[in-house]
Amino acid sequence: MEEMKDIVLEYVINEYLEDEDEELSYDTPLISGGIVDSFSMVSLKRFLENKYKISIPDDKATPEAFDSVTKICTLVNEFLN
Amino acid sequence: MAYSDKIRGIYNESLNEIREKGIFKQERFIHSSQAADIEVEFPTGSELKKVINMCANNYLGLSSHPDVIKAAHEGLDTRGYGMSSVRFICGTQDIHRELEKKVTEFLGTEDTILFPSCMDANAGVFEAILTKDDVMISDRLVHASIIDGIRLAPAEHDTFKHSDMAHLEQKLQLHADKRHKVVITDGVFSMDGDTAKLDEMVALCEKYDAMLFVDESHSSGFIGKTGRGTHEKCGVMGKIDIITTTFGKALGGASGGCVSGRKELVEMCRQKARPYLFSNTIAPVVVSGVNTVLDILSKSTERRDKLEKNTEFWRKGLTEAGFVLKEGDTPIVPVMLFNAKLSQDFSKDLYNEGIYAIGFFFPVVPQGQARIRTQISAGHEMHHLEKALEAFIKVGKKYDILGKTKQEIIAMYGK
Ligand SMILES: Cc1ncc(COP(=O)(O)O)c(C=O)c1O
Repeated sequence: MEEMKDIVLEYVINEYLEDEDEELSYDTPLISGGIVDSFSMVSLKRFLENKYKISIPDDKATPEAFDSVTKICTLVNEFLN
Repeated sequence: MAYSDKIRGIYNESLNEIREKGIFKQERFIHSSQAADIEVEFPTGSELKKVINMCANNYLGLSSHPDVIKAAHEGLDTRGYGMSSVRFICGTQDIHRELEKKVTEFLGTEDTILFPSCMDANAGVFEAILTKDDVMISDRLVHASIIDGIRLAPAEHDTFKHSDMAHLEQKLQLHADKRHKVVITDGVFSMDGDTAKLDEMVALCEKYDAMLFVDESHSSGFIGKTGRGTHEKCGVMGKIDIITTTFGKALGGASGGCVSGRKELVEMCRQKARPYLFSNTIAPVVVSGVNTVLDILSKSTERRDKLEKNTEFWRKGLTEAGFVLKEGDTPIVPVMLFNAKLSQDFSKDLYNEGIYAIGFFFPVVPQGQARIRTQISAGHEMHHLEKALEAFIKVGKKYDILGKTKQEIIAMYGK
């Protein structure tokens, strides 16, 4: 789980952070915090699906479920098992 | 009656939530025509106040230009008030086609199709030209109307970081297997006032066999040496596959928009774009006005030259006074305040000083990037800008932000 958290965190930092002074932790609110707009979530979903060889149905890929690195990992684990 | 108290209650709750968040929008009634000097009733019911308008999209000062008004009168007299039809039934007059030809020539494209607005052009174009085998790759700061258009299209969608060419290239590689790739950007970004790197984008699109879409709503008429737009400024006239733009800003400011570009794409819009097929044609009065606007702009660059000088003065004045600006050289000049409440208070104080400029904050701009967006016009005279600068400095001193860095302002007021 920790390893997955770091992989997802690194992806989010590279893919979404524009401002170098911004800091991101496992629990920083991503969508409600305005870092990832719900529209740009698509690339994150695709990354997770490719990386973990899973398929996340659209009704599970909600802004709430993607709102922090921790929550994202919980979601991915649901589909890994 | 189906509108029960319960239903009413739910809506009132939603409206209260908007109020509590401090993002409830209120209109301010203007009792004059659009210009540098306007008369405003705000709050509703209060006495009229004469203020200098620093937030209109009236970049060229043509919204109330006597020649444009005269042309509109002529349109009204010779072609009537309305057409009561969509374009393809009986809503196309000679002057509609004349306008499409003029826009094509002005923008240096192959063909043009008019839409009721640029919002409609953006909403309709992607669905008309793309299928599920295609991909749209958009800058993360594109205008809301483009986002709606993307949502309506069957193609896949991805985004790249604002103006980040390396990230765009990664995305072009990632989607190499798609039938068509369309890269989507604003020419000038409406909230930040910065300019897309169209020369680099054209090169990337050529390398990866992608089409390029540019929304020129905040550029047409004044960006580039002869005001043709961002593609002129970046030296890539004739290389943009799809341009959308509005007649509702610099080009007279009434209403209407268009898709201009490769002739097959324009023809696809004529056959398939829903806002073109199912919404009424642009009124003859407006078409006649825009035709004259394009004549004025094709004859002389006087207005865009004046706008450029005004913009230089304004950016230099604010910078020397010690404000934090978004970098750029367009007439959209955002004065950064970072904190939402500060941006609202600042705007109120400016209004008391006779300056009309609006504060923008999340979700219109990203969290922690609240600002006053000022927009310069060729309709501004030096005395307008001097008075506005004085007011900005006075209010800036009140909040003690002059000469302060971003970090210092955030330390004082929070994000
Ligand atoms: C970049 C951009 N595109 C499109 C539009 C919509 O233009 P129109 O008012 O013609 O619908 C706007 C106006 O707000 C805009 O800023």
